[in-house]
Amino acid sequence: MATLKINGEVRDVDVDDTTPLLWVVRDQLGLTGTKYGCGVAQCGACTVHVDGVPVRSCVYPLAAVSEESEVTTIEGLSEDGSHPVQQAWTELDIPQCGYCQPGMIMAVAGLLNEMPDATDADIDQQITNICRCGTLARVRKGIHLAKTKA
Amino acid sequence: MADKIAVSRRSFIVGSGVMGAGLTIGLIPACSPAAEEAPPAEAAAAPMPDLPEVNAWVHIAPDDVVTVRVVRSEMGQGTLTGLAQLVAEELDADWDTVTTEWPTPGESVARDRVWGSFATGGSRGIRDSQQYVREGGAAARAMLIEAAANQWGVAPSDCTTDKGVITGPGGEVLRYGEVAEAAGQLAPPAEVTLKDPSRWNIIGQPKMRLDTADKVTGKQMYGADIQLDGMLTASIKQAPVRGAGIASFDADVVTGMPGVKQVVQVGDNAVAVVADTWWQANTALEALPIEWTDSEHADLSTEWINTFVEEGLTADEAFVGNMAGDVEAALEGSAQVLEATYNYPFQNHAPMEPMNATALWTEEKCEVWCPTQNGEAALAAASEAAGLPIEQCEVYKMLLGGGFGRRGAPDYVTQAVQIAMQMPGTPVKLLWSREEDQQHGFYHPVTMARLRGGLDEEGNLTGLHLRISGQSILAALMPNALTDGADFAAFQGLLPSGLDPRVEDQVISYGFPNLLIDHAMRNPPVRPGFWRGVNVNQNTIYMECFLDEMAHAAERDPLEFRLALMENHPKNAAVLQAVADRSGWGNDDGKSRGLATLYAFGSYVAACAEVTVSEDGRLTIDRIVAATDPGNAVNPQQIEAQVEGSFVYGLSALLHGEITFENGEVQERNFDTYPSLRIAEMPEVETIVMPSGGFWGGVGEPTIAVAAPAVLNAIFAATGKRVRQLPIKDQNLRAA
Repeated sequence: MATLKINGEVRDVDVDDTTPLLWVVRDQLGLTGTKYGCGVAQCGACTVHVDGVPVRSCVYPLAAVSEESEVTTIEGLSEDGSHPVQQAWTELDIPQCGYCQPGMIMAVAGLLNEMPDATDADIDQQITNICRCGTLARVRKGIHLAKTKA
Repeated sequence: MADKIAVSRRSFIVGSGVMGAGLTIGLIPACSPAAEEAPPAEAAAAPMPDLPEVNAWVHIAPDDVVTVRVVRSEMGQGTLTGLAQLVAEELDADWDTVTTEWPTPGESVARDRVWGSFATGGSRGIRDSQQYVREGGAAARAMLIEAAANQWGVAPSDCTTDKGVITGPGGEVLRYGEVAEAAGQLAPPAEVTLKDPSRWNIIGQPKMRLDTADKVTGKQMYGADIQLDGMLTASIKQAPVRGAGIASFDADVVTGMPGVKQVVQVGDNAVAVVADTWWQANTALEALPIEWTDSEHADLSTEWINTFVEEGLTADEAFVGNMAGDVEAALEGSAQVLEATYNYPFQNHAPMEPMNATALWTEEKCEVWCPTQNGEAALAAASEAAGLPIEQCEVYKMLLGGGFGRRGAPDYVTQAVQIAMQMPGTPVKLLWSREEDQQHGFYHPVTMARLRGGLDEEGNLTGLHLRISGQSILAALMPNALTDGADFAAFQGLLPSGLDPRVEDQVISYGFPNLLIDHAMRNPPVRPGFWRGVNVNQNTIYMECFLDEMAHAAERDPLEFRLALMENHPKNAAVLQAVADRSGWGNDDGKSRGLATLYAFGSYVAACAEVTVSEDGRLTIDRIVAATDPGNAVNPQQIEAQVEGSFVYGLSALLHGEITFENGEVQERNFDTYPSLRIAEMPEVETIVMPSGGFWGGVGEPTIAVAAPAVLNAIFAATGKRVRQLPIKDQNLRAA
């Protein structure tokens, strides 16, 4: 039994602590906004924040999350979709199929936590999530728009 | 040579059977989602909401909320919103009150297919259903007017509508919600008149998508997210070697592992572990000892496949897809003859959401929740696997986490039912790992091309022979659609006009004095499928890159060289000229540019790419200007999104994508070895939407095919080097 601080709540989870955080979040806690895409930290669909820093939860074992750490998933980013990144995403109609977007949004929110004035070069270096529908051009515009809303 | 032509000509003449091919070109089975707002289990299981149905397409609630029914699948391409726009336009609805819902395939069966085809592929979602869905909206409007006119005792022809309100001759008004129930009791009109396009105010507008809100909060449920009471989860392993099967597996080794409930064989070539959670199921599956049967394809390799396909480049016999004049005589009389060989490797669809389906089976009923591009095909697969009549089966379509053609095939639906049948009464969710998704795709077919072209003394093209060698999708998936053995879909974008109305959306963009385009079918033992853009991906590279080679050999401007061949193709010429003008083609500004154009899926498209190649041979794609003339542009901002998205898909393949085989097994098993374009590689895209009106073209696929050749031609402009071996991968673009 482990204790997890997630989206402002404290939750008990009864699971082997080698289980990746992704599957704890999805299967134990029912927070299905965080997606499985590759399982090898390549695509970023599983991105969540641990203490405000984006991590790829598919390779992040539960054991690596300390009891003091705060985990934030897409469900906890805002109560009502009002986070600046979510606002920008809505305004530019960015999602297509949308499956990768929770991870994309969490990656971008993490980037802007660290670099509120992220440049195109910063974006190129930090945002490596895969989107097969191909929203990447609008994602770049969305990041710049979100900067103006923070 | 004479023999070859004779064989080919016979195939060609019999080719009115292109009908079959026409119907199936780009027929990418797709699906639609079941539940958008409520949790899918309840939403899907619930009967249709008890709203007053005006007709099959439209429900209007007393509070005036208009619910448009959509059966084509939404996988990101925006068809949901576009189809709702079409219905709402003819309905004269207030767009702000419009929402949508998804009838199930089972309801369609029960209502004699009142909503038509569920198949979503070939960029057909809008263009193939626009007529009947607009008529559905217009009929509903006529019935609403008649109901109001009856209430007022006036003639319907004296009433008008605007934004969900009916106004009578004396200025009296009724809202749609007030008369919807009465309207639903009336007989539908015998005929309706659709609006003149000049009166459209919803069609053609850049409306925001109707399905965005839940996609930015994580609330959107996909098939992979479904949770049902008592549900278990399965992970599957299919024989990694083509053609192998299950010899044995030792379930005892894993049955004691955490959460494991059952180990089951699935069909004759797969095993699944069923557990409380997917992680538990997959962990046990990886520990499960499995013995596979021998396969005749155990030695299959990419090297063998390439040799096998290459032989077709010079084979004596081939199916003819397009022919004019006498190419051999023209080449013999030419001042200059060019020859080049290109290739296009296998690609995997790799949608972000891996294949999945959830099934609940009892002796009386089989229910399936799944993302699919073809709800009816999924229902048929469920019925067949379940051994139950179709009336005792139902499919609840989930929103798709990408499709691109992969989700037209219902293999994963069959598997989910096969697993659930071994656990009657328990819902089981089957979710493939990414590794399974990579190894068991329906891959974009492998082909090569040999091109020969002649030029006269003045640099005019005298003749062109394009020999395609390689795999036929129809031969593998729809053999009934072949025409005397020929696959006319292999000639997508290259067919002659006037062959058959159903392939008029795939005809060649140029007029050549002497032309031969033929296909030596070579089918390696690898399952092919319809992959976004289908055969125009390689056909456009072959045609557009080689024309560029010929233009340079003729020392003519590649734009002018193409336009000279487009005398009878003014709409193609218009999109090509548009990208040239916008991009600054011909400017002496040091930029390296390349062009490509195509007519396919009913739309005219062109692209101009600008690239930089560094001194050490590394490529940067700086910008692509794209133009699309889809006839009618239902939602311009979504067309822009499709163009940008198609470039990501097409350029991922150009730069990185390749599925290879060793010892019968796929080598690229995840995104580390099958990379997709990242934002750092994404060019700036400028999209020109230039609808010329009068026809309905698709927009999801045609532009994918012009990205790669435009970039390849720009690379030549930058380096003087032709890249003909794809993908580019780590080729040094400056090395000799």
